[in-house]
Amino acid sequence: MTETTAPHKDPSWLARALDSDIWHSFKSSPVTMLAAFVVLVMTLAALFAPLIAPMNPFDPAQVFLMNANIPPRWMNGGDPQFLLGTDDQGRDLYSAILYGLRVSIFIGVIGVAIACTLGVTLGLVAGYFGGRVDSFIMRIADVQLTFPAILIALLIDGIVRGLLKSASREDIAFGVLVVSIGLAFWVQYARTVRGSTLVEKGRDYIQAARLVGLPAPLIMIRHVLPNVIGPVLVILTINVGLAIITEATLSFLGVGLPPTQPSLGTLISIGNKYLFSGDWWIVTFPGITLALFVLSINLLGDWLRDALNPKLQ
Amino acid sequence: MLAFILRRLAQSVAVLLTVAIIAFAMFRFVGDPVNQIVSLDTPAEQVEQVRKDLGLDKPVYIQFVRYIGNALKGDFGQSYQFRQPVTKLLAERAPATLELALMSALFSLIVGIPMGVYTALYRNGFGAKLFQAVSLIGVSLPTFLIGILLIYLFSVHLGWLPSFGRGQVVKITDNWTTGLLTLSGIKALILPAITLGLFQMTLIMRLVRAEMLEVMRTDYIKFARARGLKTRVINFGHALKNTLVPVITIAGLQLGSIIAFAIITETVFQWPGMGVLFLKAVQNVDIPIMAAYLMMIAALFVLINLFVDLLYAAVDPRLRATIRES
Amino acid sequence: MTQPVLSVRDLSVAFFTRRGVLKALDRVSFDIAPGEVLGVVGESGAGKSLTGQSVIGLLEPPGRITGGEILLHGQRIDNIPADEMRKIRGRKIGMVFQDPLTSLNPLYKIGDQLTETILTHLPVSATEARQRALALLTEVGIPSPDRRIDSYPHEFSGGMRQRVVLALALCAEPELVIADEPTTALDVSVQAQIIALLKKLCRERGTAVMLVTHDMGVIAETADRVAVMYAGRIVEIGPVREVVQNPKHPYAQGLMGAIPTLEGGRDKLVQIEGSMPQLKNIPAGCAFNPRCPHAFARCFVEKPDLVPVDHSRVACYLYDDKRAENAA
Repeated sequence: MTETTAPHKDPSWLARALDSDIWHSFKSSPVTMLAAFVVLVMTLAALFAPLIAPMNPFDPAQVFLMNANIPPRWMNGGDPQFLLGTDDQGRDLYSAILYGLRVSIFIGVIGVAIACTLGVTLGLVAGYFGGRVDSFIMRIADVQLTFPAILIALLIDGIVRGLLKSASREDIAFGVLVVSIGLAFWVQYARTVRGSTLVEKGRDYIQAARLVGLPAPLIMIRHVLPNVIGPVLVILTINVGLAIITEATLSFLGVGLPPTQPSLGTLISIGNKYLFSGDWWIVTFPGITLALFVLSINLLGDWLRDALNPKLQ
Repeated sequence: MLAFILRRLAQSVAVLLTVAIIAFAMFRFVGDPVNQIVSLDTPAEQVEQVRKDLGLDKPVYIQFVRYIGNALKGDFGQSYQFRQPVTKLLAERAPATLELALMSALFSLIVGIPMGVYTALYRNGFGAKLFQAVSLIGVSLPTFLIGILLIYLFSVHLGWLPSFGRGQVVKITDNWTTGLLTLSGIKALILPAITLGLFQMTLIMRLVRAEMLEVMRTDYIKFARARGLKTRVINFGHALKNTLVPVITIAGLQLGSIIAFAIITETVFQWPGMGVLFLKAVQNVDIPIMAAYLMMIAALFVLINLFVDLLYAAVDPRLRATIRES
Repeated sequence: MTQPVLSVRDLSVAFFTRRGVLKALDRVSFDIAPGEVLGVVGESGAGKSLTGQSVIGLLEPPGRITGGEILLHGQRIDNIPADEMRKIRGRKIGMVFQDPLTSLNPLYKIGDQLTETILTHLPVSATEARQRALALLTEVGIPSPDRRIDSYPHEFSGGMRQRVVLALALCAEPELVIADEPTTALDVSVQAQIIALLKKLCRERGTAVMLVTHDMGVIAETADRVAVMYAGRIVEIGPVREVVQNPKHPYAQGLMGAIPTLEGGRDKLVQIEGSMPQLKNIPAGCAFNPRCPHAFARCFVEKPDLVPVDHSRVACYLYDDKRAENAA
């Protein structure tokens, strides 16, 4: 574990990292390696969607309504042009999935980044200052834990709808989603960091730094952060999966992204309407993509938690 | 004991008050409540009258007190969409949601705890690995996708179970209907309950597993082994009892969130509950419903919390002792 | 000579980790006679506790017995089915753990923990088991046991809890008790009481004791014989007077030199230079060679076996003159 927290201090850190317990447990778990591979490939595919996708599903010039609901290529009535068939607006499903995955990952990563920054900062503040600041922040955290993330995100969405005129809603849908997710997930980070900060605060070096007038908060941050990197990384990984699920759910519920900029959730939502008429592919392929990606991320998160937990070794 | 309950009550009130402030702020400042009630051609003096009726001409803190007072009386105002009292709308839909939540909670506990125990005891066995894999898939699949999957399999493909609605319901009292007394009601409940409970089930399973593994490492379990107690007694007496103590708390809180999670399941299965009402409220910015729902979830959470604390005290003699002392 | 209660023959234990196989115990052999108290001393990591765990069959993975045998009254117990071994635990071999605060299940009344153990091993009724439990609690010095029997562990102090643990270990009248650092976690003021109690109970019952500790004072007071362990091996074993007053092995000499004596004048406090090697880098030859003031060439090549010296047996080439000459 020490190898990964302070690799830069040693010139041969790469060699040491390759010999570390984490790397070893990674190598000895084929499932984890497979999951990492899936995450990597899907992330790259999403990132380079414009280069890989046969068509741009957002470009009206390439989308024709007469192509709507075409089944996958290998089925009766399939069109060689559309590998996985088309959705209700005639968009190539394969391309739509790539672009949708891109949107989902973007929202997940940025949302979690916001949550993490917010949570770590508030956790440090609460832990360091203690007293009223601490109880105020942690009370908010407690209250927020009352509500599942999805409910928080729904509420924020509802409030934003109330505050803004409907015309601008589509433009800011992305921003609203990201902020909702950020605000819905900060508590875990704050709790973890606060705990660690409280421990460090009692240490002698902090008292010493205070006595000689050094900037104790800065010193502490330098000591606290390495200690929480492990747990925060685990939360981060699992949260990316959760955030993507939350986004998909919100979009499915019709309060996320509009159909014009579909995420995986939007695509599933569209497909759900056609499930009964037998057009199973519109819901199935985005569904599989979403499940596979989140499952892989969760596998990585699970592995990371076990690998960083010294008790299990 | 009394002091303990009182302290917990004070904390609960603090939580409720915080949520009430949020709810009130939403009600008051997100959109103008007056505009929602009057129409464009309402005369100005009538608009002013409505404003007065709502007490919006008073200082904000008086409005807040009034809001709280009304809320305590069960009055959360009128829904903007339906022009009906929010309380009535929620009460009509409460039985459907509570029934669904209760069934999924039972499902998740009855299936989740044994699975967790099993995976902890035989953690290297094939069954445990299978359960672990299933649970990971369970937390990775969004609830709505599970619902869609179940509908496709059991409703569209096999045609065994209905895909929407509550089936035939029976009226027990004036404002309580149940689907549990008719065959179609029970059949309609199965898929939504599983959908809603699956995620909680996997959480409970993983929680029980983690706790049990932790307990199996403790000295008192080692000592129990050293005393030659039977494996069954150690596993299902000593270890399980100690495992379930912390599980009670977390499971309790998880179950509280089932009601909120029901929003998704209700949408997928067009279940006529409070969740669908709340979602419609969000889509149409029906603030009174949103605020009331928020308060209701918070109150429910507080209640469950209190109940869990008491249960905890009943199970753990150490806590009982500290309570008695305080 | 009577048959020993416990015979350990060439016991080897290894940890199978992904970084390789770590030898934790290396051909450990000793006997314990009925009613005898054998002290096992050494630094932490020397393999004392591991030996105890192996004997009672509670070695935890990745640790595994790789060689040798453990005999209880001449019967092998290291290779018998798990359920057979379970019946021996508590009934024939009792165990006392280090920390009384964590050894008792917090959710069960101590009376229930006692009766459940008694009922597991002895053919008595529930009422008889409870009476037996009461008698035991009285015997271990719990005041007003008829009231305390229905108390939970947290309602007792640390010392009282260790008394309960002793009662639990002895409640089915085992012939051997393994006490693994039974006083380390206790207040100094209570330690002597618990040791005295352990000694008294076992003498009355004729129970043999394997007393694992790093406290030489406790050993000197309690044990009949002492085994000194270092890096997974017994380096010296013999009667307590001899090992304490006239240790042979250089490590034992260092260890005994570290006991402060009341007279004070006899020796100044000695400190052994360096520290015990970790399992993964135990040196070739005698494991003590890097710290040994008398080490010579052979010590770096061969592992010394236990050889009789006076009344003790010592694993050191300093006492192996004849063989040393032969080899040279």
